[in-house]
Amino acid sequence: MTMTNYTDFTIGGPVADTAAPAGPVEERWERRRFGVKLVNPANKRKMKIIVVGTGLAGGSAAASLAELGYQVSSFCYQDSPRRAHSIAAQGGINAAKNYRNDGDSVHRLFYDTVKGGDFRSRESNVHRQADISLQIIDQCVAQGVPFAREYGGLLDTRSFGGAQVSRTFYARGQTGQQLLLGAYQALERQIDAGTVTMYPRHEMLDLIMVDGRARGIVARDLVTGETRSHLADAVVLASGGYGNVFYLSTNAKGCNVTASWRAHRRGALFANPCYTQIHPTCIPVSGDHQSKLTLMSESLRNDGRVWVPERAGDTRPPSDIPESERDYFLERQYPAYGNLVPRDIASRAAKNVCDAGRGVGPTGLGVYLDFAEAINRLGRAAVAAKYGNLFQMYQRITGEDPYVVPMRIFPAVHYTMGGLWVDYDLQSTIPGLFVVGEANFSDHGANRLGASALMQGLADGYFVLPNTIGDYLAGAKLHPVDPGADEVRATEHEVANRIETLLSIDGNRTVDSFHRELGHLLWDQCGMERTDAGLRKALDRIPELRREFWSSVKVPGTGAQLNQSLERAGRVADFLELAELMCLDALHRTESCGGHFRAESQTEDGEAARDDEHFSYVGAWEYMGQGEPPVLHKEDLHFEYVTPSQRSYK
Amino acid sequence: MRLNLRIWRQAGPEDKGRLVAYRVDDADEDMSFLELLDVLNEKLVLDGDEPVAFDHDCREGICGACSMVINGQPHGPQKATTTCQLHLRHFRDGESITIEPFRAAAFPVVKDLVVDRGALDRIVASGGYISAPTGAAPEAHATPVPKANADRAFTAAACIGCGACVAACPNGSASLFVGAKITHLGELPQGQPERSDRVVRMVETHDAEGFGGCTNTGECTVACPKEIPLDVISQLNRDYLHATTGGRRTA
Repeated sequence: MTMTNYTDFTIGGPVADTAAPAGPVEERWERRRFGVKLVNPANKRKMKIIVVGTGLAGGSAAASLAELGYQVSSFCYQDSPRRAHSIAAQGGINAAKNYRNDGDSVHRLFYDTVKGGDFRSRESNVHRQADISLQIIDQCVAQGVPFAREYGGLLDTRSFGGAQVSRTFYARGQTGQQLLLGAYQALERQIDAGTVTMYPRHEMLDLIMVDGRARGIVARDLVTGETRSHLADAVVLASGGYGNVFYLSTNAKGCNVTASWRAHRRGALFANPCYTQIHPTCIPVSGDHQSKLTLMSESLRNDGRVWVPERAGDTRPPSDIPESERDYFLERQYPAYGNLVPRDIASRAAKNVCDAGRGVGPTGLGVYLDFAEAINRLGRAAVAAKYGNLFQMYQRITGEDPYVVPMRIFPAVHYTMGGLWVDYDLQSTIPGLFVVGEANFSDHGANRLGASALMQGLADGYFVLPNTIGDYLAGAKLHPVDPGADEVRATEHEVANRIETLLSIDGNRTVDSFHRELGHLLWDQCGMERTDAGLRKALDRIPELRREFWSSVKVPGTGAQLNQSLERAGRVADFLELAELMCLDALHRTESCGGHFRAESQTEDGEAARDDEHFSYVGAWEYMGQGEPPVLHKEDLHFEYVTPSQRSYK
Repeated sequence: MRLNLRIWRQAGPEDKGRLVAYRVDDADEDMSFLELLDVLNEKLVLDGDEPVAFDHDCREGICGACSMVINGQPHGPQKATTTCQLHLRHFRDGESITIEPFRAAAFPVVKDLVVDRGALDRIVASGGYISAPTGAAPEAHATPVPKANADRAFTAAACIGCGACVAACPNGSASLFVGAKITHLGELPQGQPERSDRVVRMVETHDAEGFGGCTNTGECTVACPKEIPLDVISQLNRDYLHATTGGRRTA
């Protein structure tokens, strides 16, 4: 394997979203729905769609497409579609219902999201998502999602980071679980009806392309080890984000980039890979054995106050530090939003106080999240009703009681805004390959606001994709693919060879040791703060690490069985390629924006300084082959409704 | 800390399986139980042995993937805690720990500690939903739900589908799992139209999948990491009786 010379990337032609209609932003989605070609019901029954992933986006898409009459095959690596990692989302889901009469509207949700994303998302997409948010709540209530309610029987809402209105609907601290169970139950209903064929414990390992179109996938049955092709008229990726490239993250252990990366290698552009979200409120790392990080919902910042000792090196227990010697640094620096500033800002503020030696806990990498004031104001019972399960979870992991001692929190990798490039129809640059949910890059720009991931996943799956995929299917005039076709056989062989290679290296390092090393490197050089020198260092090291992986990894067992080491090896191999593209993207984007903070580009008071003149575009990368410099295609962003400005939460 | 482990090893569904002894010398009380197995597995791989297969994913107690019996108890000794959230500070230095898969007739062993819980999905598929096709929903506030009903629905809906209730039950019954879904959907006005059909179909599928009957031992609710209350089974029985004798639907 040759080394990529990262400064060699070239700039290709622009990429344009030709599916987005013109006209007033609030009419575009209606125009598009009228503009799409329709598939008649008799033809839908003959069309097959593969959906990879069963989280909020994939589960809702598979169920909704099946309800429309398509034949759907749904794949997930977990033993049940109900276990997809959307299940772990805690805080809530935004919707512009304005039930509080506090000035919310579709336009305000649109505005907040474009601003929160630091002016790096598309206005058309964000407006559509804000508009659809109303229907999502209706849909979920109809399915029996047990949202929190007031005594009068109406739905309760709460505030979330980056917003001054109360528009977040929630189900205690388990909103993602309840929404996912709604989608899962709708999916199971279709499985029972025979319209969805479910493939649990199956992992997509490659995309099958025929005549330049996505026509199927090669998947491995994780129990028997059998790899085989599954053919279809269109393929939908709903395979989630790539936060696990950092090894330690709030993602589930199995979350991976393989489906997206394999599609990228087949020609799908990968957009904004450097846009990663570091969530401010996670439980700090306790030791080298740590296998994952646990999020404490952002909703805790509604009532919890973030502070550190005023003096560096103050090791007194929190109860011994008087009010006058505490620094409530978010309230001090951002009086308008206080503890509710967006995630990127809260995370970096925590990093800065820890870098200044004022961090707390055994490692010094932590800040307090204190509920004493809320418990005094509301009473312990009211705090327990709102956050009880989160407090319980914290206590279980740390052995400390947050009703008595302030929580210790620290930022951790949580979400990835980057992903496969899609147009307004959610179609990638490969015809017939659609991408929904976290796996695409679309709606969050450079920073996602809290409670917007659930909204985007369900908007894509329930309402956008089912309305747009028909346009492709009606117009594509597809012929059935022969399972013995050369393209199919060749892809199956490539997958089999790769598995064979991984098993035959028989070196002296475990898969996890490579994953940890890669994760440390990225956290240090491509984490909360990035510099030219650090990114170049990472770009030197990653190809070496990849070579070491392919020469000295040890994967025990065979391919013809349940082999969890082999599963992880394939995923880490793909992370080792993605990591390089992330660092390259971060290096080329010399501005700071949202979650991408370049130390060289900051305002006088340390805030992210955007460079709209040079970087108001989506950076979509084209794969040119292993070891070949990639090509950057730019999609220029235009703002007609929300004028880009320096974000201010002061 | 040092721990002596006895772990169930079974190459596949046809293998007879056996307990194998291992020792971990460098455990740490802040480790989670699954991190203990990670440490063991890293060692096994480097020694040229096959690592222990086990299901896990979110490692924060919500996905329901982890599924092992620790010293005879599903998810181990800690109340209201999944295996992934169980930490070693609850064990003593030098302690012996026996680790087995969730055992039940309806949960065949796939490999080592991994079992097939697909039967739970098939119970849900047979009726554990409200038929509300996408796009057909009325305005969310059109139907108020009294807070007490919404809260009880939520408590039941907190089930993570791990199957600990089945593993704990001497009869291998999934009544707590079924009762939780019946109660969740039955407490809501949206769940009423299909209420009778739902309970009859879910119970039929439950029995056909090889789960046993409920004899009210209550082991399920004790083992449940989400503390689903036992009264969901009373609700299940009540709804089933009503559906099959009240004339609304016959099985």
